[in-house]
Amino acid sequence: METFGHKRVPPAAGGMAAMGSQPLVIRPATPADIEAVTRLDAEITTVFKSDYWRDLFDRYGEGQVGRHFLVATTGETLAGFIIGEVRAWEFGSPPCGWVFALTVDPTLRLHGVGTALFEAICDRFRGEGVTKVRTMVSKEGDARTLMLFFRSHGMMAGPFIELEKDLVP
Amino acid sequence: MKLQMSTRYALYAVMELSACPDHQVSAAEIAEKYSISSNHLAKVMRTLGRAGLVEAVRGMGGGYRLAVDAKRITLLDVIALFEPIGSKTAGTRDAGDTTAEGQALRRVLWEIEDLERATLESITLSTMLKLVRPVEAIQDPPADAPYRPSRAVVA
Repeated sequence: METFGHKRVPPAAGGMAAMGSQPLVIRPATPADIEAVTRLDAEITTVFKSDYWRDLFDRYGEGQVGRHFLVATTGETLAGFIIGEVRAWEFGSPPCGWVFALTVDPTLRLHGVGTALFEAICDRFRGEGVTKVRTMVSKEGDARTLMLFFRSHGMMAGPFIELEKDLVP
Repeated sequence: MKLQMSTRYALYAVMELSACPDHQVSAAEIAEKYSISSNHLAKVMRTLGRAGLVEAVRGMGGGYRLAVDAKRITLLDVIALFEPIGSKTAGTRDAGDTTAEGQALRRVLWEIEDLERATLESITLSTMLKLVRPVEAIQDPPADAPYRPSRAVVA
């Protein structure tokens, strides 16, 4: 059900207790969300980087064609957010959707918030004509949860391998 | 990567049990579906049982059922019960390992094993079930694919 452009998503079974009776709403981020986004990210990464998130909002926030900064809220509470964009011809690849940030409030995980965000951004990518979505996930530490999440949504290894090199000996 | 026979049997068994969480499946049914030795499978099931992944249900209609949440058990959890993962470069010393060339080779092998481990520990039994599709002709990669020399294009 679309309400004022915001998608209302019924929480997965078992999710109502943690999220109360408020429906989960997926909508584009607004400037008023940035403080909560910054806090949620800092809670997980332990690094408070408000300039970074403000800059991302400027580049991926409301109204940017092919760029999406979506938030999931229950009432006034931020439950999570996702950011992505359509990238074209990067390393020779035809246009495809890229997800480069996904965070869900740890107390609300396993209740369908991440799935609702991921499906919402995939819907937008499809609407922009792309047929593939990609992401990059760390193999280390807590990011394993994210890897499990994307795998559970059918994501498999793509045609690229990430390479890196130390620039300082 | 080639898995040992016991490991493959174990993966088939836990996938079969994950697909039928509400009832028991006998070892004979699993053995028949995959055309595998029921004796060998019985030993595999005992190992899975000792690890707490499956439990036997006795009596009429008895069989096995999954004793864990399929969303919480990864392929690595199952495989590690039957064979070591990443042991090729960990802890053992082979001839030449202490040379600069040997160390370079170990770094490359470690990279491969690291990716292998990350893949196996990111796929749960639940995710595996989503990957199961109607049987189609299995197409092996071209025989020469892994060995074809490639030339890097340097701009």
